Amino acid sequence: MSVFKDAGHLFRFAGLFVLAFLVFLGLRHYVVPKSFGQYGHYRGNAIGEIAQRPVKFAGHETCESCHSDVADKKKAGKHAHVNCEACHGALASHANADDPTAVKPVLPDTAVLCAQCHTASAAKPKGFPQVDPASHYPGPPCGSCHQPHNPGMEAGGAK
Amino acid sequence: MNLSRRKMLILLPAAAVAWESVLAGTPEDAPNYKMSDHWWGMLIDISKCIGCGNCVRACQTENDVPDGYFRTWVERYHVSDENMTEPEVISPDGGKEGFPVAQQDDKKYFFVPKLCNHCADSPCTQVCPVGATFISPDGVVLVDQTYCLGCAYCVQACPYGCRYIHPQKKVADKCTLCYHRITKGLTTACCEACPTGARQLADLKNPKDPIHEFLKTHSVQVLKPQMATGAKAFYNDLDGSVR
Repeated sequence: MSVFKDAGHLFRFAGLFVLAFLVFLGLRHYVVPKSFGQYGHYRGNAIGEIAQRPVKFAGHETCESCHSDVADKKKAGKHAHVNCEACHGALASHANADDPTAVKPVLPDTAVLCAQCHTASAAKPKGFPQVDPASHYPGPPCGSCHQPHNPGMEAGGAK
Repeated sequence: MNLSRRKMLILLPAAAVAWESVLAGTPEDAPNYKMSDHWWGMLIDISKCIGCGNCVRACQTENDVPDGYFRTWVERYHVSDENMTEPEVISPDGGKEGFPVAQQDDKKYFFVPKLCNHCADSPCTQVCPVGATFISPDGVVLVDQTYCLGCAYCVQACPYGCRYIHPQKKVADKCTLCYHRITKGLTTACCEACPTGARQLADLKNPKDPIHEFLKTHSVQVLKPQMATGAKAFYNDLDGSVR
């Protein structure tokens, strides 16, 4: 017993230490989010939150589920692999509307749209069809000769 | 900051309420999606890119990327035959509105679309001091914007320059590989909008994904392979001058 005779201050200090540790555990329990560490050193719920952000491009499958006539026309031509929203823009607002006819997409202007891809430039891959808009029938918009969904002239491009 | 006791007593409960919403989180959406079944990456075919900027515009629309910041962008290289170490690179407004017309000369031209490489061993996730950025179990590098401090260590750590501090939110922002789309069975906005198929979303864990056949039969490269980041943006026809 003589060993612990003057050791009161040590026990008091140890008690303080244990108390501080318990306070730390309590605080930690409160401030660390529940899903932290679920998959790794991060908040697991963050993944679900990011997955819930709204979609703006509906995807060509969604378009084709209604506009199958356009999809069939496209399949036959050189634009078969160009997705609808590449030209028509993001249209989930139209596709997901209760009444899609109420949200009417803007028809792209072929005079501007076609040139974005098809303006001739030495930087583009050689096999890609390119024209100089200043010399290739300047004036009328591309759409007056080429049908954008199947643009080849041999395919009866004229509308 | 000079906080009076009165102000502190008002602020503390407000902070506690805000923190409570961070703690609560929300359960995972998309019930048919299993993270363990996927390992996402992207295939970029340089020989198909025409530099139209559709991907950049689509990304900005889909993800509300602020003007002047880019989650994906397109660069145009102009390289002489012998001097590969000094290519002329331009990317006007990230290539969002396309590129000026180029005249043929004795040098070669090509476009390089860039985005987050979603590295398997990413330097950006390793430097985060609070665990706000991470690689998800399905191989997408994400930022938990409710947890991020905006210290920008990750912006410095990314060898590919793919991160920025969001000018309004003041937190790190980057490509999510359209995580909100790919978990619903859609492709990314940039792949959806690419008219030539130069970008393809790839699921490396799906044995039926055409990526496997492509990787087997083509000479494919990643950017900065010497950094061993485990990059998952695979480039076909990549020139040695690209960095």
